[in-house]
Amino acid sequence: MLGFLRKLWGTIRRPSVHYSLGGLTMGGFLMGIIFWGGFNTALELTNTETFCTGCHEMRDNVFAELKTTIHYSNRSGVRATCPDCHVPHEWTPKIARKMQASKEVWGKIFGTINTREKFVEKRLELAQHEWARLKANDSLECRNCHSAESMDITRQSPRAADFHERLLFTGEKTCIDCHKGIAHELPNMKEAMLEGSLVLSSAQAAASDDLHDYLNRHAQH
Amino acid sequence: MTRNIWITAAVISFAGAAFAQEHVATLRSGTPLADNAEPPAIAKVVNSDLRQVRNYPEQPPLIPHKIDGYQIDLNANQCMQCHSRTAVEVSQAPMISITHFMSRDNQFLASVTPRRYFCNQCHVVQVEARALVENGFVDIDSVLEYVKQNQGSSD
Repeated sequence: MLGFLRKLWGTIRRPSVHYSLGGLTMGGFLMGIIFWGGFNTALELTNTETFCTGCHEMRDNVFAELKTTIHYSNRSGVRATCPDCHVPHEWTPKIARKMQASKEVWGKIFGTINTREKFVEKRLELAQHEWARLKANDSLECRNCHSAESMDITRQSPRAADFHERLLFTGEKTCIDCHKGIAHELPNMKEAMLEGSLVLSSAQAAASDDLHDYLNRHAQH
Repeated sequence: MTRNIWITAAVISFAGAAFAQEHVATLRSGTPLADNAEPPAIAKVVNSDLRQVRNYPEQPPLIPHKIDGYQIDLNANQCMQCHSRTAVEVSQAPMISITHFMSRDNQFLASVTPRRYFCNQCHVVQVEARALVENGFVDIDSVLEYVKQNQGSSD
């Protein structure tokens, strides 16, 4: 093994015998374009809604839910696709996220959420990952389109204007703090609160807990 | 004689029923059954954030804002994100009424009772649309005023 490596190293550091310097330089340049271009094209191909909804896990659950929301259909026809919110737009964070996504390939292969039941079971955990990510980057993917500077609160309802003035502009809260469930259905918020990923909705969760108890009691009768 | 009266009564009631049938206000407004009626434009939901008068004290307050896509199910209740007891400090929204904490035995619970969980069973938004049928509702204050005036004249 060591012998092989030594031989390889020797070949690499010796000048070429058969190929011209120009040929090697041009060849390297062309191959560079092909490989880098190919890599980027493949990367961008995985960054499309068609790719995301190619699997039934996404198409039948989260994508179906998105379709009823304002981020899919609205008056002006501007819409967000999956990667607009779920993949960072800058190159380095994008590559980092793509590397994380190899876990999702694993999940696809082993069918982690390949039935509706499995998905519902895992939905809270998956949602929490996204909430944590958006909380950590100050809702960067929201702000790629919705900038606070361009937000004219006089054109908002009094209620929304008040909230944005008090909580968003002061930096007290970030978009995802209040706008959870804006594009997909919410998971069980009671469990979310128990695990400490929620602040505002404690009573909301408590109420839902009571309902669970009530329905459980009545299901037994 | 009695027989004649019965027949007259029957004819009048039948004619009355037929007349009423022609003038029942429906959403189809006279479009033949086989055709599709031109649907009316979807009315805008009132989004003024201004509380509206209740027509009687027990009336569930109207929702003065849009509630498009608000999730109310086993997993979450998005109304409670602002209207719950703990949320009103941040939201400055009216807290849900104390009656919503009462069980059917009038016992106060720690949080919303399940029978009051589904907000829009009672609370609804309003749209900027003309009423389909005329409404003869009179506010209780007007009724009392009317009674008072009539009593005054008869006494």
